[in-house]
Amino acid sequence: MESSLLQAFIFLAAGVIAVPIASRLGLGSVLGYLIAGALIGPSVLGFLNDAESLMHFSEFGVVMMLFLIGLELKPSLLWRMRMPILGLGGLQMALTTGVITGIAYFFGQPWQTALAIGLILALSSTALALQILGEKKLMNAASGKSSFAVLLFQDIAVIPIIAILPLLAVINPNDHTGPHAESHESASLIAHLPGFQQALIIIFAVSILVLVGRFLSRPLFRYITESKLRELFTATALMMVMGIALLMDMVGLSPALGAFIAGVVLADSEYRHELEANIDPFKALLLGLFFISVGASIDFDLISTEPLLLGQIVFGLITIKFFILLGLAKLFKIPGGGKYWFSFALAQGGEFGFVLLSSSLEGRILPKETIDILTATIAISMVMTPLLILLNEKLIIPRFKEAKVTGPEADEIMEEQDSPVIIAGFGRYGQIVGRLLFANDIPVTILDHNAAHIERLRSFGYTVFYGDTARSDLLHTAGADKAKILIVTVDDREKAIEIVKMAKHSFPHLEIHARAYDALHYHALKAAGADYIERELFLSSLKMGEKSLKALGMRAFHARRQALQFAEHDQRTTDRLGKHLNDNKRYISEARQAQEEVLKILRRDKWTNRTTEDHAWDSTGHK
Amino acid sequence: MNRILILFAHPALEKSRVQRRLLKAAEAIEDITIHDLYETYPDFMIDVPAEQSLLLEHDLILFQHPLYWYSCPSLLKEWQDLVLEYGFAYGREGDALKGKTLGSIISSGGSRMSYSNEGRNHYSMKQLLQPFDQTARLCGMDYLPPFAVHRTHDMHESVIDEHSEHYRQILWRLQRGLPSKEETNSLEYLNDWAAE
Ligand SMILES: Cc1cc2nc3c(=O)[nH]c(=O)nc-3n(C[C@H](O)[C@H](O)[C@H](O)COP(=O)(O)O)c2cc1C
Repeated sequence: MESSLLQAFIFLAAGVIAVPIASRLGLGSVLGYLIAGALIGPSVLGFLNDAESLMHFSEFGVVMMLFLIGLELKPSLLWRMRMPILGLGGLQMALTTGVITGIAYFFGQPWQTALAIGLILALSSTALALQILGEKKLMNAASGKSSFAVLLFQDIAVIPIIAILPLLAVINPNDHTGPHAESHESASLIAHLPGFQQALIIIFAVSILVLVGRFLSRPLFRYITESKLRELFTATALMMVMGIALLMDMVGLSPALGAFIAGVVLADSEYRHELEANIDPFKALLLGLFFISVGASIDFDLISTEPLLLGQIVFGLITIKFFILLGLAKLFKIPGGGKYWFSFALAQGGEFGFVLLSSSLEGRILPKETIDILTATIAISMVMTPLLILLNEKLIIPRFKEAKVTGPEADEIMEEQDSPVIIAGFGRYGQIVGRLLFANDIPVTILDHNAAHIERLRSFGYTVFYGDTARSDLLHTAGADKAKILIVTVDDREKAIEIVKMAKHSFPHLEIHARAYDALHYHALKAAGADYIERELFLSSLKMGEKSLKALGMRAFHARRQALQFAEHDQRTTDRLGKHLNDNKRYISEARQAQEEVLKILRRDKWTNRTTEDHAWDSTGHK
Repeated sequence: MNRILILFAHPALEKSRVQRRLLKAAEAIEDITIHDLYETYPDFMIDVPAEQSLLLEHDLILFQHPLYWYSCPSLLKEWQDLVLEYGFAYGREGDALKGKTLGSIISSGGSRMSYSNEGRNHYSMKQLLQPFDQTARLCGMDYLPPFAVHRTHDMHESVIDEHSEHYRQILWRLQRGLPSKEETNSLEYLNDWAAE
């Protein structure tokens, strides 16, 4: 008990210390965990000696991760992704396996061993890639979606790979210790059955999963939520994911895949967000542990005895995977810098590689020395990934942007404009502003930085220039010297602040109107020098509230006045709170006080509450 | 039958005692159009063409409102400023309202007595309503004596109900016929319009 507490404490402490430092340094959380793991691992501090069993345990984080990803993906969405999953994923597996197998064979491995190595190394790290892409907010970009497609295909491919690996054993073909090497401790219960029966049982298990998810989960969750015990819901959610993992394990499917399917089945459920919120912290913790265990499993002894060999293999692996991915990214038309995100994010060995290696050891499919080297290779390649991502972000992606701005398709402003108004960002928000100005015959120069979007606007007859408004030379060409007003309506919060700062500095005569995302952004824009700021949803929400009051029977004019009064008070509160941004306590207490005030104010509306004052017109007076 | 349009203006009907009941009384009569201005235009964005065509469909237009500072609440003033356009209500070819009749239905805090040259409000109701009278005149309309409910603040519910019932009867009669020229000139209040 004490020692496991101590262990847990050490993991958490390592994470708590290393991760924030890594994030501050811009290295990302994954690298932080990996470094923490390496430090407490057997080779350095030696706090953590059984990295392997920790890894087994924490692999469950990957299962949860796929469950959560499944929750985000409705079946229809998944169906639309079938092309990238099969095409992109299939090609990645086939090409990478082929090339690595060829090289291993060339270096004198028997073909069976070479193929096993190829298959094992072709897999990438779902945990790592998705965590990194998620942190970079790329999961909804083309690069994120394509990465996901490839990883999903790999997860599915693991199943047949586990099945064929034993057939590739060359060390001692007669010595089959088990009927079937297994990926996890629990041996598949159905491995001894003939193939078609196994298939039937697998189909049966998956159908159970789908049916239970569809029809039983809802009443179950309702029953649980009615108990009003929050932790019970958490327990149920965890129990469910674990149950799925066990069921899948039993029939020899990947638990991660099973969890993913279950997630997709539940994607329509009204309990989706609740599930997400409950499982997410566990997932994050377990993934952190997983990365720590990967870091800890780096065998520094091996590295110090075979530095050259390992270096070459790791370099070779990453290079091969990278270029194959890059080629596929071009083939599948991943736009812009996305190609590089995609290729770097997936150019490493993965956690399933570890799984397959350990089963290769048990099944004596590969010699121990090879397995050691491959394990080290995968671990190091995983550690390299965040570094490569960093390089990509700092060196390749910026160049990419540069190229785009001056590229042939970019429609930068060529001759100087002289409209009195410049609108930066012509999305839904900017368009309404612009249309009102157009309707009043006011010439407007419009800037936007989304090429596809600009194309569409063109077809509606707008003249929109391409460009990054945060560049002062561009703003100059847009006519900022002569313009009166700059309206900043870009949806990127940081960008908006950047533009306001730059404009205030370079064109101090401009009156700057800015769209704020929320109160905090409002203050940031104010500090940056914006003259007039409107919170983007405020007026619309206010109107909605007013109409709701009216629908409930309040007189329209009264509702209108209440809304306006509320708005005025809210504005004053926002400004007042702005003074306490650095004092959280004060901020909260002021906000609370403001809440009470608004109640008082709205309840004693002067306009509607005058009952006694009117008596003044009565000549007879009153008592 | 005279088609009656009531242009109703009360910014805080939820607090009203008198106008609320007068309105109820009017609603009880068939074929009267009641147009609640504050409910329709809480933003004061008056739809002028819609208002003008509404006027065209009626013969007798009644401004019904509490007396605020010896005049009407502001939205009704805004209504006049926008709807009674040159070219529609007055000026060259502005004869859309010609031959129609205008009237005022008023509630006031001050008593009937106070609305006299000796009283605290110094002027009679008819005198104070001269701007409405002249507005009607410019538009080629006749202007009726006002129907007024005075001294509202301490008025008993049952008295309000009496006034309301009286109002209902007057409306019913107006549908069927207007006071004669002489009656209009001699009456201080429509309230005193004697039944034949
Ligand atoms: C802003 C305001 C101005 C008023 N001006 C006058 C006035 O000039 N003369 C008068 O007699 N009463 C005046 N009153 C009293 C109202 O006319 C009286 O309260 C109203 O007609 C009562 O009707 P209600 O119960 O439907 O609101 C005024 C009241 C308010 C709120």
